[in-house]
Amino acid sequence: MPLKLVTALCILAFLEGCASFPGAQPWERGNLAKPIMSLDTDSLDSRFVTHIYDSKESSSGGMGVGGGGCGCN
Amino acid sequence: MKLFYSLLLVPALSFALEAGKPAPDFTLPGASGDVKLSDFKGKVVYLDFWASWCGPCHKSFPWMNEMQSKYGSKGLQIIGVNVDQKREDADKFLSQVPAKFAIAFDAKGATPKAYDVKGMPSALLIDAAGNVQYIHAGFKEEETASVEAHIKQALEKAGK
Repeated sequence: MPLKLVTALCILAFLEGCASFPGAQPWERGNLAKPIMSLDTDSLDSRFVTHIYDSKESSSGGMGVGGGGCGCN
Repeated sequence: MKLFYSLLLVPALSFALEAGKPAPDFTLPGASGDVKLSDFKGKVVYLDFWASWCGPCHKSFPWMNEMQSKYGSKGLQIIGVNVDQKREDADKFLSQVPAKFAIAFDAKGATPKAYDVKGMPSALLIDAAGNVQYIHAGFKEEETASVEAHIKQALEKAGK
C-alpha cells in the first residue's frame, strides 16, 4: 500500500514537467536579445500588417511590446 | 485557524531587496584584480548591472563616465557588474564604449540574483553605510537628471 502511495506521489511530482523550472531571469536574456530571435522579420512590415488588422477589426492593441526580448524597456 | 492565517504571512517574510536594506557583499573578478563591495564602505557606490546585449547600456556608459568624473572626488564610486555569459562579448562592448569606472565580471549570475534584479540594466545606489538607497531599472536620457539628484542627495548625506 505505501509503495502505491509513493509511486502515485512521484508521478504527481513529475506531472508538472519542465514547467516547474524558473524561466530566463532578466540577466540571462542575452540569447533572446539577438535579432534572429525576434518574432517578426521586418518591424516596418509588421507595423503595416498590424494597421491592416486594426482597421479591419476597428480595434487596436494586443499586439505585444516593441523593443525585443531583452526586457530592457 | 490561527495557523492558517499565520501561513498567509509567509510570502511577506521572503527576502526582497528594497531601499533601507543592507546591500549583499560580493567579491568578483575585475579588469585588474578582484572587486569587493565591502572595500568601498565609506563611499557612495552606484552599482550598475550591464551586459553587451543590453541596448540602453550603450547610452548609459557615457553618462556613468560623466558621473564618475564629476562626483568621484566627492566620494562616488561606480561599479559596473557585467552579466555576459562570455567574457569576449563584454570585452568587445568595452572596446567600443570604454568605462572610466570599476568593472566586475559575473558570468554565473549570482550577484544579480542576490540583488533581485528585475530588468536590464539595473542600478542601485548604496550609501556610505552599505545600505541600499535607491533602485532604478532601465536607462533613459530623460531620467538621468532625477538619478543624478539621488546621487547628489546620497553624497550630501554622507557629508562630503
